[in-house]
Amino acid sequence: MSPFCESVPSTFVNLCQYGPPIIDGAIITIEVAFLSLLLSVMLGLLGASAKLSSNLILKGIATTYTTLIRGVPDLVLMMLIFFGGQMAMNNLSDWLYDTYEWEIFFNINEFFAGVVTIGFIFGAYMAETFRGAFQAVENGQIEAGKAYGMTPWQIFIRIMFPQMMRHALPGIGNNWLVLLKTTALVSVIGLSDMVRLASEASKAVHEPFMFFIPVAMAYLVLTSLSEWMLNKLERKYSAGIHRGAT
Amino acid sequence: MEWLNALLAQNDIFNATTLAHYWSGFVTTVQLVFVSLLIGLIIAVPLGILRSSKNPWISRPIWLYVYIFRGTPLLIQLYMIYYGVTLINGIQESIFWPIFQDAFYPCLIAFVLNTAAYTAEIIRGAIATTPRGEIEAAKAYGMSRALMMRRIILPSAFRRALPAYANEVILMVHASSIASVVTIVDLTGAARDIYARFYAPFEAFIFVAGIYLCITFLLIYSFRKLENRLLAHLKPLS
Repeated sequence: MSPFCESVPSTFVNLCQYGPPIIDGAIITIEVAFLSLLLSVMLGLLGASAKLSSNLILKGIATTYTTLIRGVPDLVLMMLIFFGGQMAMNNLSDWLYDTYEWEIFFNINEFFAGVVTIGFIFGAYMAETFRGAFQAVENGQIEAGKAYGMTPWQIFIRIMFPQMMRHALPGIGNNWLVLLKTTALVSVIGLSDMVRLASEASKAVHEPFMFFIPVAMAYLVLTSLSEWMLNKLERKYSAGIHRGAT
Repeated sequence: MEWLNALLAQNDIFNATTLAHYWSGFVTTVQLVFVSLLIGLIIAVPLGILRSSKNPWISRPIWLYVYIFRGTPLLIQLYMIYYGVTLINGIQESIFWPIFQDAFYPCLIAFVLNTAAYTAEIIRGAIATTPRGEIEAAKAYGMSRALMMRRIILPSAFRRALPAYANEVILMVHASSIASVVTIVDLTGAARDIYARFYAPFEAFIFVAGIYLCITFLLIYSFRKLENRLLAHLKPLS
C-alpha cells in the first residue's frame, strides 16, 4: 500500500487499494471496444458490399449473417464463441495430432473471444447501416465518376465513401454507443475488465456502491465523450449540406 | 410422440429432463421480459410527457435519470441493485426480505428502470416530432394543454413511437439474458447449466439461440402487423 493510501480516511482505503487495478480494467475495456469497433466496421463494409452485390450466394450469406446475429442475444453468442470456440480448437488440435502427429495447442483467451464476438455481432449491425448509407448515395454521382474515367477504387474513395459517411455516421454512432456498453459483458466470460474487477472488489469488501459507482461514471464519461466526438464528426461530414431551420 | 421419442433417443443431451429445464427457463425469461416491459411502459409514459415540459425543474431530473440509465451498461445497473439491495439498513429483518432474497425481484427492478429510461426517451422523441399544424389546429379549437395532450399529441405520438418501441422490446428480450449472471435460471441460464453438465457448448447454446431467434421473429412479425393496422394512414398511397 502506498503511503498516500495509509493517510486517507478508512472509508476511502478500499477504493485506494482497488482503484489502480480498476483503472487497468478501464484500459482493457477501451481496448476491447476499439478493436471490436475496427473488426465490426470491416465486417460491416464487407457485409454491405455482399448485400448490394449481384452475386446471389454472397447476398444469401450476408443476409443470413445479419438476420441470425441480430436475432440472438449478445451474451449467448459470446458464450457460444468462447466455450464452443475452445472446444472446436481442442478438437482441431486432437485431429492435427491424430493425422499429422503435430502437437499444437490452441488456447482461446478471453480478450480474443471478447473482441471477436463483439466485432462479429456489431459487424451485422454495421452492415445494415452501411447498406442503407451506400444506397443513399445518388446513382448519378457514380455515373459522373465513371464518366471522368475513374477506376472503381477511385470512385469508392473519392465519391462513395465521403458521401456515404454522412448518411452512415448517425448509425455508426448509435452502434458504437451500444457496443461500448456491450463490452461490460466480457466480464461474464472472465476477462478482467473494469466491471469484473469492480464486482470482485465489491464482493471482497461488501461495498458494491464504492466500486460500481466509479465504473458507472467511467462508462458515462466514455459515452458522453463519444457523443461529443460524433457530433463534431457529423458536422465535418455534413459540410456543404443545408441544415434545417433549427 | 413416436417420432419425438425416436428423435430424443439419438442424443444424450436433449432428453425430457433438459427440455423441461429449458422450458422453465423460457417461462422465466417471458415473465421477466413481459412484466418489466409492462411496468416500464407505465412509468415511461408520464416520464416522457413530463420530460417534454418547459419547466426545467421538471424536465431536468428526468433528463438526468434517462441519461444515467442509457449511458451505463445494464449489467452494472443489475449488479448495483442486486448487491446493493442487501445493504439497505434493516431490510434483512423487514417483511420485504423474502422478496429480495430471491434474485428475481432485484433483477426485475433493474430491467424496469432500464427499459423505462429508454422508453421515456422514445416517447419524448415522438412528442417532440408532433407536426406543428396539429398543435395549432388544437389550439385554434381552444383546447387546454391537457386536453390537447390527451386527444391530439399522445395518440399521434404513440403511433410514431411504435417502430422504435418494437425495437426496444426486442432489445429487452436480448438484454434479459443478462439475468443468468445473477443466478437466475432463464433461457440463457438453462443453457449454461446444460453446458456445464454435459460439456456440450454447441448443442446447449445453439439450441437456446434458436429459441431466441424464434421469439425475435415472432415479435417482429406481430409488431409489423400492428404497425400496418395503426399506421395505415401514414403509408404512401402507391
